[in-house]
This record gives sequence, structure tokens and C-alpha cells, in this order.
Amino acid sequence: MGMRCAAQICYKAPMQIVAVSTLVVLLAACGGANSVKSGSDKKPGEWNDSSIFYPKARHQERALHSLDEALTNKEAKTIAITNATIMTAAGTSIDKGTILLEGGSIVALGTELTIPEGARVIDGSNRFVTPGIIDTHSHIGVYSSPSTEAGSDGNEAVAPTTAQAQAAYGYWAQDPQITRARAGGITTALILPGSANLIGGRGYTTIMRPGGLASDNIFPGAPMTLKMACGENPKRVYGEKGGPQTRMGLYAAFRAAYQQAAEYNVALAKYDRDYAAWRDKKAKHDKDGSGEAESAPDRPTRDLALETLAAVLRGEVLVQVHCYRADDIRQIVEVSDEFGFHIRSFHHAIEAYKVRDMLVEHGISISTWTEWWGFKMEAMDGIPENAALMTDAGGRAIVHSDSALDIQHLNQEAAKGMYAGRAAGIAISEDQALRWITANPAWALGIDSVTGTLEKGKRADVVLWSGHPFSVYSQADVVIQGGVVGYERERGRVPTDFELGNSAIDSAN
Amino acid sequence: MIPSSTRIRIPMFRLSVIASTMVVGLGISAGTASAQSIAIEGATLRTPDGDTENITIIVSKGKVSAMGAGLAVPAGATRIDGKGKVVTAGLVATNSKLGLVEINAVDDTNEGQFGAEHPVHAAFQVIDGYNPNSIVIDVARNGGITSTISIPDGGLIAGQSAWMSMGEGSVESNTVKAGAAMQIQLGRRSGRVADGSRGLAVQKLRSLFADARDYAKNKAAYNKGQTRKYGASHLDLEALQLVLDGKLPVVVAVDRKSDIATALRLAKEFKLRMILQGATEAWMLADELAAAKVAVIVNPKQNLPESFDEVNVVDDAATRLYKAGVDIIIAPTEDASSVRTLRQLAGLAVGHGLPWTAALAAITTVPAKVFGVDRGNLRVGAAADLVLWTGDPLELSSRASLVMVGGVVQSMVNHQTRLLERYRKRGGARP
Repeated sequence: MGMRCAAQICYKAPMQIVAVSTLVVLLAACGGANSVKSGSDKKPGEWNDSSIFYPKARHQERALHSLDEALTNKEAKTIAITNATIMTAAGTSIDKGTILLEGGSIVALGTELTIPEGARVIDGSNRFVTPGIIDTHSHIGVYSSPSTEAGSDGNEAVAPTTAQAQAAYGYWAQDPQITRARAGGITTALILPGSANLIGGRGYTTIMRPGGLASDNIFPGAPMTLKMACGENPKRVYGEKGGPQTRMGLYAAFRAAYQQAAEYNVALAKYDRDYAAWRDKKAKHDKDGSGEAESAPDRPTRDLALETLAAVLRGEVLVQVHCYRADDIRQIVEVSDEFGFHIRSFHHAIEAYKVRDMLVEHGISISTWTEWWGFKMEAMDGIPENAALMTDAGGRAIVHSDSALDIQHLNQEAAKGMYAGRAAGIAISEDQALRWITANPAWALGIDSVTGTLEKGKRADVVLWSGHPFSVYSQADVVIQGGVVGYERERGRVPTDFELGNSAIDSAN
Repeated sequence: MIPSSTRIRIPMFRLSVIASTMVVGLGISAGTASAQSIAIEGATLRTPDGDTENITIIVSKGKVSAMGAGLAVPAGATRIDGKGKVVTAGLVATNSKLGLVEINAVDDTNEGQFGAEHPVHAAFQVIDGYNPNSIVIDVARNGGITSTISIPDGGLIAGQSAWMSMGEGSVESNTVKAGAAMQIQLGRRSGRVADGSRGLAVQKLRSLFADARDYAKNKAAYNKGQTRKYGASHLDLEALQLVLDGKLPVVVAVDRKSDIATALRLAKEFKLRMILQGATEAWMLADELAAAKVAVIVNPKQNLPESFDEVNVVDDAATRLYKAGVDIIIAPTEDASSVRTLRQLAGLAVGHGLPWTAALAAITTVPAKVFGVDRGNLRVGAAADLVLWTGDPLELSSRASLVMVGGVVQSMVNHQTRLLERYRKRGGARP
């Protein structure tokens, strides 16, 4: 509540000094001031009243909380899944094992566990347990079903760079795709703006569950992400809208955007210095009357787009770049080196296998498909061994969906990639392939310290499968998110609001 | 280690010389002419009717000449060891764009995709624009697919699909049935051709059928310019005769229950042999469809209410239709490039309750039966379209280790295997 009321007012009149005192009062009244963090690496106090001028939207504010919040959940019941094959994605597999979930996290796993009284016991005989599946690339909620113009909220395709846009604000949590993805074992996903724009805006790391606002469903403590896109899509969209029309234009625009961001950072730093000097002078003046009373230095105007990019340059953002061709991948890395920021994951990365050593050297992951290829020029050289080759080179591969259909079978996409790799003589273990859809995407989203593997102390994001998760016939039987059962196949999916009253599906699924 | 399947592609005419270097170390050469017979020994045959272990299949002159357990292998036949493997009929990709679309986003490589301005293309034949040398066909074939029913789409009547064999060779050598079906779209999909009205689209269709009947009775007058004006060219009206005579089935792409009901009325009115495609809400009319003997082409992966024509989508439509006695065909609905996932789609349907044999039938024998083509059925006398699998053909862990089309073992080298070969070694090729 507090932050939203503060934010609304601040946006209206950020620079009017007369408003400041009013704002401070309002902030205090809303109780938001203390919970606001600058999100920068500035020491506390250095920003002074900047929390008034640089407030955070509620979902951003929640994102600044500690990741530890993801590990406790008051709604979580005690659950034990017994006698199952537990594939941990942490290098081990436990036969006939039990996993115990309590208070929202994994409290124990092994073969001889004492199950606390009152726990819900799920017999996992002949079934398999994996970590919750995580997708690094989804447009669920921002391109919802049914596909209508009214529900098209993922591409702010009015300008090539819209770093001020945020997927969270476009997210519709009643999208019927959400419950279907979760029934496929997805517990968490990165919802991204589309790839029409070079810089599409901030992503949104969501717990995959229906209802509420983005700010209710944000993965607690998940770091900020940014979506960028190179290649054909922005060319196609802006080619006839005033450009950029060519890759020349694209790279010029990337560089111009980051140059501006660098200058924004310089201006902020200068303001900090000037402010500190003024404050010292003023303190001295107030104390002993020395010098002249000066007015405070002018504060730089807040720019929501540059603020995002400036944060990228300060290393506070996990950058996700849609890129297909090997040369585009390398050139984007060159641009990032030029401006001194790091890319967390190349998405789609159809030709990543051609430049995998460079990606490994730079510590950049790839989020790719297994069998998608050939639907456009820059996808022509896609091969099913992409993830396996990247893994073989010591890199971090992720199998992503970019599809509200394939997100429901991400386990199968990983399986196909593993088997394709093996057929090519690349020894990919089941654990490694499982990491493509669990631990590695968790890393790309910066939440791997709390989720993505089944280990004691981690968040209770767990899937129980009817059979081996790499079989085409297996189904997710139970999907648990932070210790809460989100889906049980026996009970079927809960219809979203949209589906209610369509009597056939309301009862059929 | 580079698998032998990724070796260099060699033009067909040179194969006889260097044949032994090709194809998966089975001791058989890709593209070997069918004069010599081939014996596949020891595999487990899986068909919709059941399994036969340790089968021997003799192939000669492009056909299955003998089949059974423990058959004697003719002298001089090339022997292929099928032990531990599964053999099935080659899979059929219904509703595909193979040979028509190379790169979806490159306009010049898109064939038979029509817009709303000229919505009637009844005379259009896929074979006139089909490219058997498409690299997309090579990739799909490695997924165990040996036939494609390639379709035009868009408009109201998009034209005639063709059943094409996917062997290396020419359009002529690969044409199994030039006119497999007439492709029609109704419901939401027809909206753009008729002022946004699905009802008007049906009216247009009725008017065209009436024109076609009138034309058939008054050809002489038509040639003298003494008939009323028809809504389509004489070639289109000629093509529609095949439909009205029941010689050519119509595939109607339609989703909403009420539009499917409309299609059923049309079929009754004009005595059409109808097949439904997409047909998201067809499960709600399963009994009616079974009674009318209307087959349905489904994509088991599609479970989203993607439009208001599909709000009653279910996860297990294939199973529901099958249980009601409807002939179901499983087919992809995405790009040509994703056709190779066909067997996974069949597997997904099994995961939602479809019997395994029905899923196999839905990608082999049912399309053959529905389109009246003698393929998809591994039996003596049939064209030798077959696949040797490393395991359960619907399972992700299996792959096709040998694909035979018309008795010819196909090369498994394609654009992707060549890329893998080039970049397999780290620090090797410079992109």
C-alpha cells in the first residue's frame, strides 16, 4: 500500500522542492520510507532523500528483499513424498527415497527419514521426484490466451528501446496458460517482454500460479532482469517505422543507449559528490557561520529508462539477450565488453554451439530449444545437440520454451536434447540434462541459492512425476511451490476466471 | 567421435561407388537401387494390430516381398541386422508444409499460402510448387517420416493437398497422390474472406458448389459465354466436380463446435466426404462425427484456448474422439521445420489415455485409410516405406537408425548433421 501511494505522487512532481516536505510526510504515513532501498551500491545515507525521488514500484521493492524470504511460507503444510526416485539435479539420485517439506523448504531427504506426525504423506512408489521446472523465457501473462489484441501486452513496439517498460505491469495473472504451465511441472518462470524492441524492458520472475498481481506472485528476492533483442525481429518491426532497419542500425542504437546510460551514471555520481560537498559546507556553515549559505545542487532528472540501463552498467541487472546467430552473439558480447556490463544468458542462441568456448570464457549461459530451427533465416542452423555441446564445453546450458505449449513439456525438450547429445557421442548424464531445466535456469535468474535443486534448506519447489521425467508418457502428478501444493493431477487444474462458465471445459479437464 | 550418420552428403549417382561409407554402419548403402533385395532380420515389428518378434522383412523392387519370422533370405540379398530394434511402417505427416515452406519467415520460400483477396484456389495443386530437394524434408525424414500430405492454406478454398513420398528423387517419382484432398477453412479461419462473417463464408461456399453444378450441366453454354457469371474460374469449377462427385475428400479446418456442426450440415447437403482438421471442439460432437464417418486430424499438444473458437479445448481430445469411434489422425500444426516431432505428439496422446496402438495408427494406417493411399501399412505387397528404431518409436529415448522409402535406404545426412560434424570438435571450425 504505502509504496504505491508514495510512488504515484512522486511520479507526478518529482522535482518540485515545495512538494518534498509533503512527500516525506506521506511516505512516513504510508510506512514505506524505511523499506525503500536504493538498489544501488551506494552506501546508506549517500542518497539522502533520493528514496523519495527514486522510489520502487511494489514488485521492484519486493525484489529487493532477501532471497531467504523464498525459503519460508506460512501457508506451507508438512509434506513427505516417500519411496520415490529422487533426482536432485545436484549430482545425485536417491532410489526409494523420501523428501520432507516443512514450512516452505526442504528439511530432509534420504532413505531413512522419520516423518513427523501430521505430515501429509504421498506415496511416491514407482514415481520420480525432481526440482520444480524453471523456464527462463516465457511470455505467459503478457501474451495471454485467447490470443487477442486486447491481451497483447508484451511488446511496447512504439520505440526501439523501451528500457522503462516492465513485464510485470503487462502481466495478467488469470491467463489460462498459467495453470497449464504449472500442470507441466513449472514452478517458476521469467516473464519477458517480447523481442520487437532492441531493449524491451525489465523481465519479471514469477511464481507460476494464477490470481493476484505480478507484485503478489514475484519470486521473493529475485534480482532485476532486462530483455534485449538483436537480429531479425527488431529489424522487421522497425525497418518500416523509422529504423533501425539494419544490423548497423541495431548496434548503433545499442551503443547509443548504453552511452546515454553511462552518462546518466556520471551525472548521478557528480550529483552525489556535489551533494556531499554542499552538505559538508552547509553543516559547517550551520555550526560556525563560515562561508555563505548555498542552495543545494540540482538533482538530475529521473529517467526511468536510463535508470534501468544505468543499473545494468552498475552490474545490478541480469541481462537476457535474445540472439540467434553466432556473429550476433559475439558482437553483442563485444558491445557489453565495450560498456563493461555482463550478459547472464543468451536466449534462443541457435548458433551458440559455434561460439561455445567464447561463451564459457565469459561465463554466459544459453537458453535454447532442442528441436526448433529453420522458421527464420537466423534460425536456420539450429541443431538438437546445441545444449549438449555447450555442456560438453563446460558451459551452462538451459532448455527454455518461449512457448505456452512447449513450456508444458520442458522435461521432454530436455530429454530430447540429452538423447540427441548421446547419439552424437556426447555423454550427458540425466542429472546434467535435468539441470538444463532446473538449476541452470535458476542461476540465469539469480535464484539458484534458494531453488533449482533438491537439497536440504532449499525452497520446497518440487514435482512428483507419474514416471521417469524424460519419458514422453509421464505426467506431473503433484506440483509443489514453496511447500504449497499448486497442482494435483487427480484433482485436475483449477479453471482460471476466463474458463469459468464454459461448461464443457469447466468440468472436462 | 563423429557418428557415421554425419558424414558427407554424396550425390546419388556416386553412391554405388562409395556406398560402403554411408549409413550408420549397417553395411548397406543409402540410395542403393532396388534391383537387389534387402533383408531386415531379427527386429520386432510393431503395427496397430500387434507385435511380431524376430521378424524378417524381404524388400525387393521397392516393395515388401515377404515378411515373417524365420524367413529364408534370398541369395545375394543385402542383410540388415535388426536385432534389438523395432521396425514400423514409415510415419505419415498429415497437414504438413513439407516441400512447400523452406524458411517460414522468408517469403520467397513460402508456397501455397494464400491471402483473403482471392479466396478460391480449388484447381491449385501442391505438386506444381513442391520442392523435393528441401532440406527440411531431410530433417523430417530422420524423424522416421516417409510420407507427407502437404497442404496449401489460407483463403476459403486453398486448393488440393498432395500425398508425397519423401524419398530422394523428383516430384514425379515422389508423387503418390497428386490430389489428396481439397483444403477448406471455416469458422474464425474463414472470417477474413467474407467481411469478417463465418456465415457469409459458408454462403460463399454454397454458392461456389451451386456454380460448379450449374457449370457441369452447361459447359457448352459456358464456353459461348451464355451462362450466368460464376464465382470461380472454369478450372476451379472443374476441380470442384471431384469434390461434388465424392472423388476428392475435403479437409475442413475448423475449431468451434457450432462451426463443426455447420460443416456437418454442408457435408450432408452436398454429399461431401469430409475430414476435419484442428477441430478443437470436435470432441463435443464425437458421436455425431463417428456416425457420419468423419475423420479428425488433431494435434495433441494444442491444449490452449487460443481463440474464442477454442474455448472448450481439452488435453485429451484425441482419446475422447477415439473412444467414440472416430478415426483420428495425429499431425503437427506448426512450421514445416517442426514436423519431425510427429512421433512425440503421438506419445503425448498416449500420455493422455490414447492406446499406444491407436497412436501408432494415427500416424500410419489411419491417414492411409482416410486418404485412400496404400502406404503406412507394413505388409507384403506394400511399398517398402519403413523405419528401424532403436526402441519404442514414440519414446524420446529412441531414434530412427534406418529409414527406407520405396525400398531405398535413405541417407541420414542433412543440413544439421553436417553442421554438427563441422562444429563437433572444440576450437575447430571458425564460424
